[in-house]
Amino acid sequence: MSAVDIDRSVGDFSYPENHTYDAGFGLSEQTIDYICNVKNDPEWVREFRKRALKVFNEKPMPTNWATKDLEAIEFQKIRYYLSSGSQPKRSWDEVPDDVKRTFERLGIPEQERKFLAGVEAQFDSEAAYSNIQKAVSDQGVIFVNSTEGLKEHAEIFRPWFGKVIPTGDNKFSALNSAVFSGGSFIYVPKGVKVKHPLQAYFRINSEQFGQFERTLIIVDEGAEVMYMEGCTAPKFETSTLHSAVVELVAMKGAKIQYVTVQNWSANVFNLVTKRGIAHEDAEIRWIDCNIGSRLTMKYPGVIMKGRRARGEVISIALAGNGQHQDTGAKMIHAADETTSNIVSKSISLGTGRSTYRGQVHIPKHLKGCKNNTECDALLINSSSRTDTYPAITVRGNEHACQHEASVSQVSAEQIFYMQQRGLSEGEAMSLSVNGFINDLVREFPMEYSVELKRLIDLEMEGSVG
Amino acid sequence: MIMKLEIKNLHATIGDREILKGLSLEVPKGEVHAIMGPNGSGKSTLSKVLAGHEDYQVTGGEALMDGRNLLEMGIDERSREGLFLAFQYPVEIPGVSNANFLRAALQARLPKGEQIDAVKFYQHLYQKMDMLKMDRSFTARSVNEGFSGGEKKRNEILQMAMLEPKYAILDETDSGLDIDALKIVADGVNAMRGPELGVLVITHYQRLLDYIRPDVVHVLADGRIIRTGGPELALELEEKGYDWLLKAA
Repeated sequence: MSAVDIDRSVGDFSYPENHTYDAGFGLSEQTIDYICNVKNDPEWVREFRKRALKVFNEKPMPTNWATKDLEAIEFQKIRYYLSSGSQPKRSWDEVPDDVKRTFERLGIPEQERKFLAGVEAQFDSEAAYSNIQKAVSDQGVIFVNSTEGLKEHAEIFRPWFGKVIPTGDNKFSALNSAVFSGGSFIYVPKGVKVKHPLQAYFRINSEQFGQFERTLIIVDEGAEVMYMEGCTAPKFETSTLHSAVVELVAMKGAKIQYVTVQNWSANVFNLVTKRGIAHEDAEIRWIDCNIGSRLTMKYPGVIMKGRRARGEVISIALAGNGQHQDTGAKMIHAADETTSNIVSKSISLGTGRSTYRGQVHIPKHLKGCKNNTECDALLINSSSRTDTYPAITVRGNEHACQHEASVSQVSAEQIFYMQQRGLSEGEAMSLSVNGFINDLVREFPMEYSVELKRLIDLEMEGSVG
Repeated sequence: MIMKLEIKNLHATIGDREILKGLSLEVPKGEVHAIMGPNGSGKSTLSKVLAGHEDYQVTGGEALMDGRNLLEMGIDERSREGLFLAFQYPVEIPGVSNANFLRAALQARLPKGEQIDAVKFYQHLYQKMDMLKMDRSFTARSVNEGFSGGEKKRNEILQMAMLEPKYAILDETDSGLDIDALKIVADGVNAMRGPELGVLVITHYQRLLDYIRPDVVHVLADGRIIRTGGPELALELEEKGYDWLLKAA
């Protein structure tokens, strides 16, 4: 066997495992103690984890509303912590060769040189590399992994940790709370506007493994930041679990943009809870693209807690053959004159299935709230499927709320027309799909929109003929 | 080599129904031919069959482009080899700009690994748009989306000008055009006339042929060419209608 297995897509390769720490298969109190000992967690974290494990064990699978496919996850056949044990490096030269080569092939160091203010690269359970531009850290911006965050910056970290998404929010937020490792902690001080994006890259390298990063971003009054995350994993025969929790806090007048381009391989269960609190005049935007995975369940949310706060979810989902993208948004209006916007576009290919679930909540005692929801689905093949479950609760009569949904198909006449101009069937299909999501792709940073287009072309290649 | 679009005894069906019943026709390169005929005679079927539309089955006969068997080629290959069809009903492609669409179509004609030069592409595009009196803002609009009938037809001619086909079939290009738009479209086609292009103009009415003067006129009825003549044939049809020819056939 060669050291590296390469398949068609960029992310589908892995290096032999080289872990010093392996929590072994299955999940119990011992697993948690193992993780706490390796990470040298403070006692409050150990307790937090153990309480979370209880909640996880007690909560049923959400199969009363979600897909039965969740039952295919075998929690006892997953390893919950794998790492080489070393601290994240501040320079790529110090990162072990195989890990460095992985990220080089994914283009991370190159992107960092070109346009990023800071990068964290997580390999299985821990960050292998973490660095922030000196000019940015000199402004007081903190960008570290969650372990470092909770130890070195407890006074900022602890008041918000688990407050936006409580442990018991859902079964998978409880699981993450029990075994979390890695992810980013970011703090942007008052008035600081970070010009270039901060980026995290999450890489699963090992089979029968679960990645549970935990991210907390706190942006203080009038400050701004853009955070981007990318994710890939090689395609293994067995299933892999990725279950993250991401909490955002935008203080008065702050702005957070959180951009995700996920390209998990088709064996990954991707069950992620993402939510932000926007205080007065603050703005939180989730810009989310889901490609790949076996099943993704993800509904980024914004709680608009302060007056005139704004929340937005822009989401693109592409469900390929055998994949299910169950995505959407949650907009909780909790103050007057708050505004939310949801634009979701999904594409289903082959036997792919996309589901939109949108929750909008505007209670009676508020005034002048606005919500706009648009969700459009594109079906490519006759075996493709889409479902829409909007749950909009608007009470009171001083609000404006509109919802539009559409389902369309790429018509045979459209493809014929493009082919008559010389495009192959696959090229025609790709162009048509790119056209469908074009207005949303523009919301992504340039470097990501190019990547997005390439990923979609790759997915489309196999879908026709 | 035989430089012509050559159709020999072509039979084609849609479902169980035979539409083309032994159609024969030759368009030498450099000439403009018109096909006229009453509704339901098979005019649009002919253009779709030549372009390779999958709703139609070719059950007999041949179609050759410069001696090469058109019927063996895929839809996109026919295009890249030089066959262009200006659609009667151009299709909308939401979210895909005219510039990107044309760029993709030209890119598809280049060998793998070669990239279109963006600057030259836009120079070329603007030049053709000027010829067709099209506004620059047009490049950023989605293909045919929200276009008026005249804009759609003008866009077809723009695509033709950009793709530089060897043979172009204009399928009822005059339908839905007012007289000003008709003149612009005709001027565009006339500007492309020359020894390197063969044109087949399909039309129900003589009107278009006042502006695009054909070298030869064919009359199609019930899936066959029943009469071929010079430009005067079109005038005769305009005056007398199709009935006298149909009776004679």
